[in-house]
Amino acid sequence: MSIFAAPTLAHYLVLGAILFAISIAGIFLNRRNVIIVLMAIELMLLAVNLNFVAFSRYLGDMSGQVFVFFILTVAAAESAIGLAILVLLFRNVGSIDVEDLGTLKG
Amino acid sequence: MTFATFTFYAFAAIMIFAGLRVITTRNPVHAALWLVLSFFTAAGIWLLLQAEFLAIALVLVYVGAVMVLFLFVVMMLDVNFDRLRQNFRSYIPVGVLVGMLVLLEMALVIVSSAIGVKDTLPQAPTGSNTKALGVLIYVDYVYPFEIAAVVLLVAIIAAIALTHRTRKESKYQVPGDQVKVRRADRVRIVAMPVEKQNR
Repeated sequence: MSIFAAPTLAHYLVLGAILFAISIAGIFLNRRNVIIVLMAIELMLLAVNLNFVAFSRYLGDMSGQVFVFFILTVAAAESAIGLAILVLLFRNVGSIDVEDLGTLKG
Repeated sequence: MTFATFTFYAFAAIMIFAGLRVITTRNPVHAALWLVLSFFTAAGIWLLLQAEFLAIALVLVYVGAVMVLFLFVVMMLDVNFDRLRQNFRSYIPVGVLVGMLVLLEMALVIVSSAIGVKDTLPQAPTGSNTKALGVLIYVDYVYPFEIAAVVLLVAIIAAIALTHRTRKESKYQVPGDQVKVRRADRVRIVAMPVEKQNR
């Protein structure tokens, strides 16, 4: 079996896992920049969706694709509201640095 | 190596590279554009998996709408992005460590054949992917579909309500106030002496 074997289910799962790990590392690397953190979350959802689609294909069950559809919907809503909050934050605080957002003392 | 295999590896390589660039690039505009590239390649991989409708939806919804929103916001905010990257190097060890840990855990799950899915590809679905998905959504998943519509509506209203600013200098009508108005608010009866008639 050569390295470039025909893709199986495990190939798609590994690709999703790599993408998920990259985005988790991205959240830690850019933990001060809210915009990049939001982008990393989008990348995470993409990795999850990739797993859903791969399982849907290999199990022969279309329901997985329906759930990808719903995840896309919720992710679009989440990013719209997240960016609106970000704009509001920048208007009020003048910065999008996470370290400047300690006013709630949480 | 068939063409489909080659396409998978090419798209996977581009996708991982683009993902790495998203989290490491200095300029957020570039990060958004790399994210667009990774969404495009993901759509290609979904086409390989014969999820045609979702691939097109990913390009239309994400590349067409969400990423444009991201670019708008990044360009609208006048932020000194260099200041946000000050401690970038000191975050590298913990970031790589956590990423590796997550990857290791997931690799353990995948390698151990506990998933129980046969690696043989089932019969390729025949007919239109869009039609099959539509039948499933509008028959089996009608109520979740309606809820998804409500979620989108809530997102629209919330985003507008959060970012809307009423400007003081702009003039507009308030229909509620117009309906609520009474005669006393508009007409003032002034008591004054009647004009002299007998002079």
